[in-house]
Amino acid sequence: MTYRMTFRGAAVPAEPGQSVGAALVAAGILDWRSTRKAGRPRGLFCGIGVCFDCLITIDGVPDRRACLVPAADGMRLGDSAQDRSLGSPQDRSVGSPQGDESRGGGSRDASQGGGRDEDA
Amino acid sequence: MTRTHDVAVVGAGPAGLAAAVEAAEAGLDVALVDGAAQPGGQYWRHYDERHARPDDRAGHHGWPVFTGLRERLRTARAAGRIRYLPGRQVYLVTRDEAGTFTLRTTPSGAVGTPESISASGAVGTPESTSASGAGEAAKTFAASSPSGASAPDAAGQVTARALILCTGGYDRQLPVPGWDLPGVMTAGGVQALLKGHRVLAGRRAVVAGTGPFLLPVATGLARAGASVEAVAEANGTLGWLRDPVGAASVPGKAVEAAQYAALMARHRIPYRTRTVVTRILGQDRVEAVRISRVDRDGRPAGPVKEIAADLVALGWGFTPSLELALMLGADTRKDVDGSLVVAVDGFQRSSVEGVYVAGEATGVGGAVLATQEGRLSALALARSLGRPAVPGLMGRLRAAIGRGRRFAAAMHRTYPVPSAWTEWLEERTLVCRCEEVSYGDLRRAHTDLCAHDPRTLKMLARPGMGWCQGRVCGFATAGIAACLNRRETTAEDLRPLSTRSLAAPVTLGELAALDRSRTSPDDPHHDQ
Amino acid sequence: MTPQWFGRSAGRRREGADLVVVGAGVVGAASAYFACLAGLRVVVVERGAIAGGTSSAGEGNLLVSDKEAGPELDLALYSQRVWREDLAEHAPLWEFEAKGGLVVAASEPSVAALRELGDHQRRHGVEVRDVGRDELRDYEPHLSPRLAGAAFYPQDAQVQPMLVVAHLLRLARGLGAEVRTRTEVTGFLRDGDRVTGVRTTGGDIPAGAVLNAAGTWAGAVAGLAGVRVPVLPRRGFVLVTQPMPPRTIRHKVYAAEYVGDVASSDAGLQTSPVVEGTDSGTILIGASRERVGFDRTVSVEAISALAAKAIALFPMLREVRAMRTYLGFRPYCPDHLPVIGPDPRAPGLWHACGHEGAGIGLSAGTGKLVAQALTGRAPDLDLKPFAPDRFPDAAPDTEEVPQ
Repeated sequence: MTYRMTFRGAAVPAEPGQSVGAALVAAGILDWRSTRKAGRPRGLFCGIGVCFDCLITIDGVPDRRACLVPAADGMRLGDSAQDRSLGSPQDRSVGSPQGDESRGGGSRDASQGGGRDEDA
Repeated sequence: MTRTHDVAVVGAGPAGLAAAVEAAEAGLDVALVDGAAQPGGQYWRHYDERHARPDDRAGHHGWPVFTGLRERLRTARAAGRIRYLPGRQVYLVTRDEAGTFTLRTTPSGAVGTPESISASGAVGTPESTSASGAGEAAKTFAASSPSGASAPDAAGQVTARALILCTGGYDRQLPVPGWDLPGVMTAGGVQALLKGHRVLAGRRAVVAGTGPFLLPVATGLARAGASVEAVAEANGTLGWLRDPVGAASVPGKAVEAAQYAALMARHRIPYRTRTVVTRILGQDRVEAVRISRVDRDGRPAGPVKEIAADLVALGWGFTPSLELALMLGADTRKDVDGSLVVAVDGFQRSSVEGVYVAGEATGVGGAVLATQEGRLSALALARSLGRPAVPGLMGRLRAAIGRGRRFAAAMHRTYPVPSAWTEWLEERTLVCRCEEVSYGDLRRAHTDLCAHDPRTLKMLARPGMGWCQGRVCGFATAGIAACLNRRETTAEDLRPLSTRSLAAPVTLGELAALDRSRTSPDDPHHDQ
Repeated sequence: MTPQWFGRSAGRRREGADLVVVGAGVVGAASAYFACLAGLRVVVVERGAIAGGTSSAGEGNLLVSDKEAGPELDLALYSQRVWREDLAEHAPLWEFEAKGGLVVAASEPSVAALRELGDHQRRHGVEVRDVGRDELRDYEPHLSPRLAGAAFYPQDAQVQPMLVVAHLLRLARGLGAEVRTRTEVTGFLRDGDRVTGVRTTGGDIPAGAVLNAAGTWAGAVAGLAGVRVPVLPRRGFVLVTQPMPPRTIRHKVYAAEYVGDVASSDAGLQTSPVVEGTDSGTILIGASRERVGFDRTVSVEAISALAAKAIALFPMLREVRAMRTYLGFRPYCPDHLPVIGPDPRAPGLWHACGHEGAGIGLSAGTGKLVAQALTGRAPDLDLKPFAPDRFPDAAPDTEEVPQ
């Protein structure tokens, strides 16, 4: 049998034994999350649970690693606002899926690069 | 309620499987903890065994070695000698005053139980879960695991008097402009999709980086139907065959290399040496790559060529996973390939009493070597516990491991990370993918803010502070820090970026369940 | 307390300094900055990297809410003014955020105690707003509905402490200061009793005055000069969560019991929940306190208690993941007050250390006061309560730990 899942409402098939991420890639879907700062698209990168690029909301549970979670019949994927709204709203409100080019990385001043927590 | 094992083995790849079965067969009581749903690790990653097809094994090296180990695992489990805990990641390891180790684990998500549900269920948080709730989660857990997992203790804990850490590694990455575009993956990730999920990640592929691992990835893609437009190998090739020490150490490797060369030829894959991808192009996904010839140090020194592609597989050797060894305070060293590895003696013993380490975590060397080290660590541990040893076996293993290490070193010398790699970076190139920290951010933190060492860079510019905690960018950040100081990377640069206070993300609910101050003795979930 | 040395600095050799600051943490950085502003030639020496000690192990709190009337509250209020006035133009560099603190109470009796504390603090210049049970969710939508009430402290603020250190040192360098990292002080140059500079792994540095801003390790530095300053380590853990959507937690939120724990002298583990969001999306969960010397082992007991108590405040945190934890050693003195000012036992040696868990907040005020006193002006705040020689010479109950 073939599992039937949905990604933001669209049908995505999966073979039993595949991961959610593999099924998405097989369906031609390469990205399902945008980054917090620049709003850039992300999908599978390491494919083995190391990089956390592929986080996705599955059946309402956010931040699951698509590369690890086995596909299952009836799964609802990526339908949480959180997959698109993890970031600060001011970065995304410009409307471009790529975010504001000027904040794409290099132009961010080091003085703003820090975060409040730390240690290493 | 808690069973203290003679040894807990972490990782069920080549080293861990070998260690676990060898220890069990030597009469030890073993726990085997692994993040994946089924054994094999990254090297023997294969399709879900419950839905296997005969052709799933295509391209797997040493498959009979794996099936042999898997059979011995089954036998040992049936005899009650190995408690196998798949789908669980160790997030914390501690050692008490008596020398007993406690591993605290969290579901990895790989066994099909929703992480957060099984997380709060399995740990039996007092407010949220009744006793039956916890039991339910455990049942789902066991039923959903293809290998019929043992349930861990209430709080996902495993205790043992010794540890064999076989935590393996993952593809080492160097940032390059455009590497954050969808369609760019690690070489290992592309391989995992093929071997583990029967999915081809793209149609027109470029495989780039350095090292022999690029070849199986390229040929695997071609066999699955992709057009491999190029393999861009940053170094000259086959140097190791000319290295008298390396080639003579493990003669079988030359045969393996010849087989790949034949496969590359059959699929007409262009193999470009002294060539690197200097930029990956595309708007919201990969459209093309720009490649350039480079000199010995990796400086672009030749014509630039653009190749259309929808998949780029990148690999620069491997980064060993050292979190658990570092958490226990094990001594480390910088290996020939520039990675931080655990220092071990001739019996795989780390500097921490009772902690053995085998496989890539002691130095990247491949599956054959890892398997030998796994065996040796188990035999050495068994002997230290007074179990009888097979005469001569340990000596033979040690000799083989010595040869394997010499071969690995020769390979590392042939396929180094080019020393001038940071020259490919642009101000806006992301170094840390999680926190979106660019090379320019790092440079400014160095110049303006006195962030002269990797740890200070991390604090002031945040590379390595996101979800992956520096697993992906750690090596690069250490290299950039060293380069900005005009010197070579040292073990001291690498250590703060390899050290992680938690070895995996864990829900606060799971952590809270460990809180003894709130657990009364008559609480059914009290874990003692 | 006239700084006799100051007038003599003119003839000093080129490599010398008016002031050597020992320690490039937040107190050292603030002192260096204000000393430079006051016209002194400053050299900062640091044995490791900048912000490498306790400055990088806290949450960046600028608090008045957790302090009762007394010298520490006076210093905290003074420091608030320095942060908001003297340093106002630089505030964005270190993510200064006047987010306010919300102190929550779980029961009616603790609400009553909170109100009493608030009344007391108001009389000493602290702004406090009483928050009733019904208003709690207006402040923090995710707070547990079981809480009985709270007090809101609009003056409480937050900064990113490592950026504070890095930028204050950058600004100080712009004013002529020199920062020498990986340079450890091994002794003092003396002229009789007088301290005339430091000996370091990178050579001697003659100086008109030396400021000991070595934080938790200040006792050892003082020891090199033959004087006792009883600064001891009090370990604390912080849990850091995965990045969350902005404004998930809006203020610094902590339980009323925190105030008691801060003031406590108990050696055992105390944990009181302190929860706050950050610019980078992570949520920080503190604060544990225990006296275990310089033990860097992760304490399961401490981090599990922090997690449990944070969930009690914010039940939604149960499913949120911790990505890491870090620990630090707060520098505390037996009377929980910092040590600030010249040391009469070793003329030329000054101290600015022992700020316990409040060093980030108190650093700005401390630095400005030290600079005033060093240049012979009357400090805006009387430094007598912080006098270095206020401790008995040998405490009967020394819990001092080998450094």
